[in-house]
Amino acid sequence: MVEPIQFTLNGKPVRLEVDGERMLLWVLRTELGLTGAKYGCGEGFCGACTVIVDGEPVRSCQAPIKTVRGKGILTIEGLERDGKLHPIQEAFIKHEAMQCGFCTSGMILTAYALLAKNPRPTEKDIRDGLEDNLCRCGTHTRVIQAVLTAAAEMKRAVQR
Amino acid sequence: MSGDNYPDGDRNEVNPTGALRRRDFLKTLGGGLIVVATLPLAGEGLLQEQQARRGGQSAPADFNAYLRVGEDGRVTCYTGKIEQGQGAMTVLPLMLAEELEVAPSTVDLVLGDTDLCPYDGGTVGSQCVRIFGPLLRAAAAEARVVLVEMASEKLNVPVERLRVKDGAVYDLAKPETKVTYAQLVQGKRIERHAAAKPPLKAPADFKVMGWPAPRRDAREKATGRAKYAGDIRVPGMLYASILRPPAHGAKLKTIDASSAEAVAGVRVVRDGDLVAALHEQPDVALAAAAKIKAAYDPSPSVLDDKNIFDHLIKNAAPGRAVAQGGDLAEGAKLAATTIESTFLNSYVAHASIETHAALVEPKDGKATAWVSTQAPFRAKEDVASALGIPSKDVHVIEPYVGGGFGGKSGNPQAVQAAKLAKITGKPVQVMRTRADEFFLDTFRPAAVVNIKSGLAADGKIVFWDYEVLFAGERSSQQFYAIPHHRTVVRGDTFGGGGTTGAHPFGTGAWRGPGSNTNIYARESQIDILAAKAGIDPVEFRLLNLSDERMKRVVRIGADKFGWKPAKAPSGRGTGFACAEYLGTYLSAAAEVAVDKATGKVKVIRMLCAHDSGVTVNPDGAVLQIEGCFTMGLGAAFAEEVHFKNGEVKDLNFDTYQIPRFSWLPKIEAVLVESPQFPISGVGEPAITITQAVLANAVFDACGARLFRLPMTPERIREVLPK
Repeated sequence: MVEPIQFTLNGKPVRLEVDGERMLLWVLRTELGLTGAKYGCGEGFCGACTVIVDGEPVRSCQAPIKTVRGKGILTIEGLERDGKLHPIQEAFIKHEAMQCGFCTSGMILTAYALLAKNPRPTEKDIRDGLEDNLCRCGTHTRVIQAVLTAAAEMKRAVQR
Repeated sequence: MSGDNYPDGDRNEVNPTGALRRRDFLKTLGGGLIVVATLPLAGEGLLQEQQARRGGQSAPADFNAYLRVGEDGRVTCYTGKIEQGQGAMTVLPLMLAEELEVAPSTVDLVLGDTDLCPYDGGTVGSQCVRIFGPLLRAAAAEARVVLVEMASEKLNVPVERLRVKDGAVYDLAKPETKVTYAQLVQGKRIERHAAAKPPLKAPADFKVMGWPAPRRDAREKATGRAKYAGDIRVPGMLYASILRPPAHGAKLKTIDASSAEAVAGVRVVRDGDLVAALHEQPDVALAAAAKIKAAYDPSPSVLDDKNIFDHLIKNAAPGRAVAQGGDLAEGAKLAATTIESTFLNSYVAHASIETHAALVEPKDGKATAWVSTQAPFRAKEDVASALGIPSKDVHVIEPYVGGGFGGKSGNPQAVQAAKLAKITGKPVQVMRTRADEFFLDTFRPAAVVNIKSGLAADGKIVFWDYEVLFAGERSSQQFYAIPHHRTVVRGDTFGGGGTTGAHPFGTGAWRGPGSNTNIYARESQIDILAAKAGIDPVEFRLLNLSDERMKRVVRIGADKFGWKPAKAPSGRGTGFACAEYLGTYLSAAAEVAVDKATGKVKVIRMLCAHDSGVTVNPDGAVLQIEGCFTMGLGAAFAEEVHFKNGEVKDLNFDTYQIPRFSWLPKIEAVLVESPQFPISGVGEPAITITQAVLANAVFDACGARLFRLPMTPERIREVLPK
């Protein structure tokens, strides 16, 4: 059923007339022109479509748009502020924690939610937190290093 | 290691008549100095390999890569190669910058755009650095020579007194007398062909190659700005969802699309076997396609993942010996012990996280296509033929490719998009679902290797009789000092070459094609012989090797790993292997723990000693080695396509398990330099050794020798010594 749905997207209010059953992934990628969230498996197994909804990592291919009504959505496009990359993005670049890059948005946003809850994760915490994000190129080692670096960097930023 | 034949997985032709010729390309560029390079510059051996890939046809005689020194001093490099994560866009400019004496940051790269780049057969076979690197270096060296000649005239200083540095030519006697490349080419337009023997720099003089360089695509990929084929949007486009048959070989009888067509805005198109639902929104198209009721005749296939090997053995092509020496009968007489083994590997999926996607936009009798492909020039032909227009009127633009691994060498999705665009008269995007991707994948072929080998009392291997079915020639030839040997290949590298329909679905190149199978089999058998001889696996290899380059990489690998000699199985879970892949020499060591109750394996650490001549970008190389080891864990322990009667049972990542964070061992890469040898690739070699070294480590841990990949817990439990 087409209905008006409002939410906040990367800090800005959005109002859409849309079928509430449509999955958030497709609405983001088409109606809203944000293609950073990727279709990888369509069933929530791979994590390439991950976005943050009210602080929680959500598989946008499994989230009907009506479920985000009134909530705050953060996508990879919203992580950069005033031309400045988020420390997690900086750390992914520093450690070259990507090859083909198709899983990268989902990895970064899952790590973002992880660090919000657990600012000082152990390597094991990171592995557990990212376990259900799939990467075919095998950049896992770098992703772990990048998240550790980002955690340290964010901690320093807080202390400053 | 030449002579591979690639009829389907790596179809490659001479420059098609529809492609733009050199003149047409070059006239589209602005002023400056343009230098073109052709394949023979890569060297005779590499040229022959290219020709073999074309089934003996000659390579495009026109040109294969070129560079331009622009009037702004920036250098642009054009090749038909593509970036699929392997780092081509980072490493190629380094090779060019080295010879031209410019900072890599002043080099721009245009990849895979069929209007701007010269014809290319596809980004396959570790060619970027190995074959196109030499071309770019030759073009850059030629450009350097031309610029020095121009500077000599301009500065009125003899050529011998001139040197180049940071994009400028200066007088050795008076360094303040200098002229930049930008100044030299200002207002000029010069075209040159790279010389037959370009004055290349010696490895000892390298200032760029061999030093770490940052990935050029990192920022775009970390910000979500990197575009892939499925991310491209054009006005008026439709998304297509294509009906998937229930099984390979099932024939479509009837369809009832009335429920799908009842969805507002949905159009259903049928063109022969192609049935698609189209809509302005991809998810609506998907939901509509799911409503199409289709009736099929069942697949005639009676094959499944259990009976497939008997079937393959019966349907293998006749053998051809690709290497032999001595006399096997003589060798058999010298043997104190003879060991005969058969090794099997299952079908393996590419499973790139990006599924195949393409957008085709027809306009005014021409077309533009954005395709996720390893072969954009092939896509150009495919799209043109589907649209029924000359290929010169098709422009393929290559976005980033979200992983290829050999699986994106054909362009069936681009053909579908083109057909649907032609029928609807609108731009059409096809993006496969994950289930489509698994179903339509060109799997790494199931294969069989038979080895009969003999040991003398002193631990020397005296004969080696090797036969490979369906995996092909690559890395099949053993490199040990064995006096009596023969290597027989039945079928080509991509699993064809048997009788028609030997495989129940498509097969093709999979990262390190053929070599994964051959190296797993050979290095397992070497380990079996070592155990039989009661000699440590590393010592046994060194005893039987005479190739000094291989011995070096074995010694370095063992040393860096901290290898402690022991007869296997020692219970410690350490394994070793060595291999050669398209000119790269490598060894690997691994440590695993096997849970004897469950058969589950935990890989603790892996090390690779990797000699690809000079490693052009060490950062990129280490990332590739880590990636190869990590990806290879899947084919070693879990990845196997299940199927029955044409039906593919694994259609998503719930049942088809690829490596995850929890599987990850500690990985160490040791780069070994051999500047006297040609530079070779780094994107594939380390995966080809992964399955072998892990099989040997599993044996060392618990005495279970696995003759079939993947080494699932069930298979390990079956052969665990009681």
